[in-house]
Amino acid sequence: MNYFKIIVNGIVKENPTFVLLLGMCPTLGTTSSALNGMMMGLATMCVLIVSNFLISCVKKLVPDMVRIPSYIVIIASLVTILQMCIKAYAPDIDKSLGLFIPLIVVNCIILGRAESFAAKNNPIASIFDGIGIGLGFTLGLTVLGSVREILGTGSIFGVNIYSENYGMLLFVLAPGAFLALGYLIAIFNKLKKA
Amino acid sequence: MNKLIVSLSPHVHSGDSVARNMYWVLIALVPALICSFISFGMGAIITTAISVFACVFFEWAINKFIMKNDNCTVTDGSAILTGVLLAFNMPSNIAPWIVIVGALFAIGIVKMTFGGLGCNLFNPALAGRAFLLISFPVQMTTWPVAGQGFGTYLDAETAATPLALMSQAFKGDTEALSQLPTAWDMLIGNTGGCLGEVCALALILGLVILLVKKVITWHIPVSIIVTVFVLSGLLNLVDPVRYANPVLEVLSGGLMLGAIFMATDYVTSPMSSKGQLVYGVAIGVLTVIIRTFGAYPEGMSFAILIMNAFTPIINQYCKPKRFGEVPAKK
Amino acid sequence: MEKLKSSLTNMLMVLTAIAVIAGAALAMVNSVTAPQIEKINAENLAAGIKAVMGSDDIQVAPAEEIEGYTSYKVSDAQGNALGCAVTSSTNGFGGELKVLVGFDQEGNILGYTILQTAETPGLGAKADTWFQKDQKGDIIGKNPGKSNFTVSKDGGEVDAITASTITSRAFLLAIKNAYDNVIANPDAASGASAQVKDCKAEAGECCSDSTECDSINK
Repeated sequence: MNYFKIIVNGIVKENPTFVLLLGMCPTLGTTSSALNGMMMGLATMCVLIVSNFLISCVKKLVPDMVRIPSYIVIIASLVTILQMCIKAYAPDIDKSLGLFIPLIVVNCIILGRAESFAAKNNPIASIFDGIGIGLGFTLGLTVLGSVREILGTGSIFGVNIYSENYGMLLFVLAPGAFLALGYLIAIFNKLKKA
Repeated sequence: MNKLIVSLSPHVHSGDSVARNMYWVLIALVPALICSFISFGMGAIITTAISVFACVFFEWAINKFIMKNDNCTVTDGSAILTGVLLAFNMPSNIAPWIVIVGALFAIGIVKMTFGGLGCNLFNPALAGRAFLLISFPVQMTTWPVAGQGFGTYLDAETAATPLALMSQAFKGDTEALSQLPTAWDMLIGNTGGCLGEVCALALILGLVILLVKKVITWHIPVSIIVTVFVLSGLLNLVDPVRYANPVLEVLSGGLMLGAIFMATDYVTSPMSSKGQLVYGVAIGVLTVIIRTFGAYPEGMSFAILIMNAFTPIINQYCKPKRFGEVPAKK
Repeated sequence: MEKLKSSLTNMLMVLTAIAVIAGAALAMVNSVTAPQIEKINAENLAAGIKAVMGSDDIQVAPAEEIEGYTSYKVSDAQGNALGCAVTSSTNGFGGELKVLVGFDQEGNILGYTILQTAETPGLGAKADTWFQKDQKGDIIGKNPGKSNFTVSKDGGEVDAITASTITSRAFLLAIKNAYDNVIANPDAASGASAQVKDCKAEAGECCSDSTECDSINK
């Protein structure tokens, strides 16, 4: 197993945002700025790495018929732990992402990777898959957040590029997220073919 | 070069074409443009010119460089029409860069992304307007006062439109309705608003031109206007202090412009006359609902866009009868 | 190792084990983080109260619940009453709009901060700066009971946020509610109750419209 290949696979070939189109709720909901998108991506990545590892460890112990509830309990516990840690040690992130952190539980990427990768591979490979997919997700969210922030408010990562008065509010709002995502997917597909 | 042309029927051509229809719609819009010039001065002409130029340019550029399309659709007049309608939906004192951004959105995103003329789901000019209204709410709702001389452009004085007053009346301002202009002022365009929508008389003249030239049928405009009139008439009967006179409702805002020129867009409206009636009535109902209860004072553009999305379904259920078709016996 | 069969005993055991382990892990993390979270919440509140009272050197009394509004009586370091800070929420354009507003002894607004908002970014979300001192919709120093505390579109004396009248209305209503129910409420043992008695005595002067009178005289 080539670990480097697993990571690249997560970022390019099976990029969760642009190729698998999984986890659209946080993708559309949290990317009103580049920083929010990145934070959400990193939080998801933390949960994904640990959940992939744990699920891969216990995969032999869990009978097939109860695997989904078992995975969900594991994932939900991890997310709750993450949420408590963020609330306690990073209140600023909690302020902007608070609503979306619990939603990581139902993020299809996590359960999807548990089912399609962690349940079939060894724990170490699963960790690398978590890193790869997590990085792919973070990349997708950061790019989408940057596009929306630049077009919507004229800044990127909070650094002003041009006057906010010229920003197109639509891109900060939900329809802008759909539009920007659609065009990014088109560009990503074009680049992948080239 | 002699070639045998093999084509499907029909073989007799009436002379009807996309370009012919588009140019007749443009001609029908001329009276409204003239009225707008009289009401708002140079700003009306400059904004329209910028919008048309930008739309045609983007259509040409996207055709040429992105779609690599040799059979360019610039000459059929549809981009010009989108440009004119987009400008007609903006205040005359709007900054040129907003017009250009709107044109890019209308042509680039709403029209060309879906494959160009005939493939777009939404009316490009209206979607462009909705985009601008959401993106630049301050600039898009700062309306110039009519009759400030022909030289007026960016420096125009501004004031509330009749629709804004109606909206305030609904929210409980009992004085607002008494400040409304008279029906005559609204008919000739002596009131604030988007540059193309203020003069109802010129728009009705446009409707007559389109009907006489058989560019559109009566179904959509008439069903929209009648629905709005009846519904707002009922509301007005319930409480005349909160709800305006139905005549004023029909004459105000983009209703006439939308009903005559936007809702009747071939690409985005239903094909059969039964479907067109359903579509028109639904637009009328939505318009009144959004105007009365919604956050935006003007509901026409959103109502048309919503119904654009329903057009495929309406087409599905209101198919015209096939020639010679006999209903199946049960 | 062979994979466990999906027999009833196996399934029960595995699910129970996972639930117990997960529960234990959560309880452990919670015991570590809970005090920290509480500390941060308290700090945020204290910072908010300092900001809305316009002074760093204050003592804050424990929270009181008055008519569903949470009120904190505030005095300076020497123990002289300064007024009180009240949280109040209304429905804005995008959802709940929760503000913390500070009043002095006379019921004049000392400052405000927005605790929770779902308003449109770039429009309604501007409320956090729009109504501050020397901004366009300055409300600092105004008294919701004595002035016409609504947006100018509704005949009031506060300029609404451009293109966000609904947010502005909701915001002003939240502050007005806080004033009516806490500051101007004679039953409430609030810091400004003395002022309310004056107000009732000269009801004609400070209650220009009937709804205000009603709420004050309740």
